[in-house]
Amino acid sequence: MANTIQKRKPTITEKIGESTGSMVQKTQESQIWNSIFRPGSIFRKGYTDSPRNRSYVIMNSVLYHLHPVKVKRHAVKVSYTLCLGGLSFFLFILLTVTGIFLMFFYRPTAAAAWSDIAALKTSVTFGLLVRNMHRWAAHLMVLSVFLHMARVFYHGAYKAPREFNWIIGIVLLTLTLLLSFTGYLLPWDQLSYWAVTVGTNMMGFSPVFGDSVRFVLLGGKQIGAETLLRWYVLHVLMLPFVIVIFMAIHFWRVRKDGGISGPL
Amino acid sequence: MTEIPEHLLKRSKSAKAKKAAAAGAEEASTEDTSKIPRALLERSRAAKAKAGGGDAGGGAPSGGGAAPVPAGPSGGGVATLAPPVALGPDGHTQRLLTVVKSGSIQDIKSKPVDKVHTWPHLLAAEFTAALFIMAFTLIFSIFINAPLLTLADANNTPNPAKAPWYFLGLQELLTMFDPMIAGVTLPGVVLVVLGMAPFVDKNPSNKPEDRKFMISLMTVHLMFWAVLTLIGSFFRGPGFNFTYPWDTGLTGIFHL
Repeated sequence: MANTIQKRKPTITEKIGESTGSMVQKTQESQIWNSIFRPGSIFRKGYTDSPRNRSYVIMNSVLYHLHPVKVKRHAVKVSYTLCLGGLSFFLFILLTVTGIFLMFFYRPTAAAAWSDIAALKTSVTFGLLVRNMHRWAAHLMVLSVFLHMARVFYHGAYKAPREFNWIIGIVLLTLTLLLSFTGYLLPWDQLSYWAVTVGTNMMGFSPVFGDSVRFVLLGGKQIGAETLLRWYVLHVLMLPFVIVIFMAIHFWRVRKDGGISGPL
Repeated sequence: MTEIPEHLLKRSKSAKAKKAAAAGAEEASTEDTSKIPRALLERSRAAKAKAGGGDAGGGAPSGGGAAPVPAGPSGGGVATLAPPVALGPDGHTQRLLTVVKSGSIQDIKSKPVDKVHTWPHLLAAEFTAALFIMAFTLIFSIFINAPLLTLADANNTPNPAKAPWYFLGLQELLTMFDPMIAGVTLPGVVLVVLGMAPFVDKNPSNKPEDRKFMISLMTVHLMFWAVLTLIGSFFRGPGFNFTYPWDTGLTGIFHL
């Protein structure tokens, strides 16, 4: 009478589900797992959406801890910043990733540069796509940095206590232009060669040291094989190195100066 | 008055609503909802009456929460109260002389700021923006190829030879002024003046209506460069002479 309810045999899928469940639980309890995922990680056992865990997410991540645990409510309004500074930074990361990819297939010599770029289209998987992304992301970054500067100005966000960060921002704008300009030469085609000729001719007009600066940058009186190597090193190593330092100061100062500027 | 943050207002509102609801319930059925059994209450009342010599009648009001609340802010920071009606344990009258408001003695330097957790409020927006810009760049790159002209040739100057678009404003200036001025002095001055902006502009307000002059100045400045860049990009043909884009075609756009 009491046994009218028959015990159903668990199906295969249920069995598998059960064993994976216990496996997941065991893994999440293991020391290795817990040493990798710090408190606040959604991969930890018993993760819940609590104020404490929300704080841990930021504090315990090397990337996110650029941010404070809490930000002003108006700061998360997209309509205020349009995320322009953030977009510039994302584009910089995108440019770094695609740039590293391109470096595998490029030799900065007058004899090989152009054909290496041309070969991206024909003999490198996704070569053309990655080059396109690098090119367009670079133009976008110049644009977004410009717009970011305009946004900051129109919000009066350069005023005290953010004066110094505004100057860092101007340095970053200049560095962005230089990064874009040095990259412009690297395909070594008619477009890049003459655009850089025009650009560096302007530089030569500066008084006193103009000609010597131009000579050092070009590695000669006019653009040649030496220029290509110099600009390559500037483009892939030196300017990124410098801009990363300035970006670090920029982001740090945003926090130190009390987050982004107040509501209007 | 200081601005009270939204979340504090919300919290106080909900607390008030809760209190009002609780008070209503208490009034409706004081005895029934009380956790203290009726018999015990009766006994304590009797004991109190005995101790007070019978003069206190029904005894002190049992509801501790019914203590009088200080009157609203009187501006001076000190609110005096009418003699209270509550009686102490031995039937003595207790008198609240003054309430000293915190602001009158303490100097509160940091105002409360309305804040939200970075995760998820800010990070979610940032992830979305990052995905959007990735998707945009990817799709744009699938359909539009970066230009690659023929191999660089120092003996074959293209006509017109143009700088990258962000320097075309400068190149445009070169057609009007001496290269010393257009190529070096002017951009240098612009950068220095921009850098000095926070030290020159002493106006502390960031409200647009308070800074009409600076905003117009910046707008004119930005428009100046934008117009020069557009002219340099689309209105300059062979020999860097002025042309209309409908005569020569939008060649500039293919030379980014």
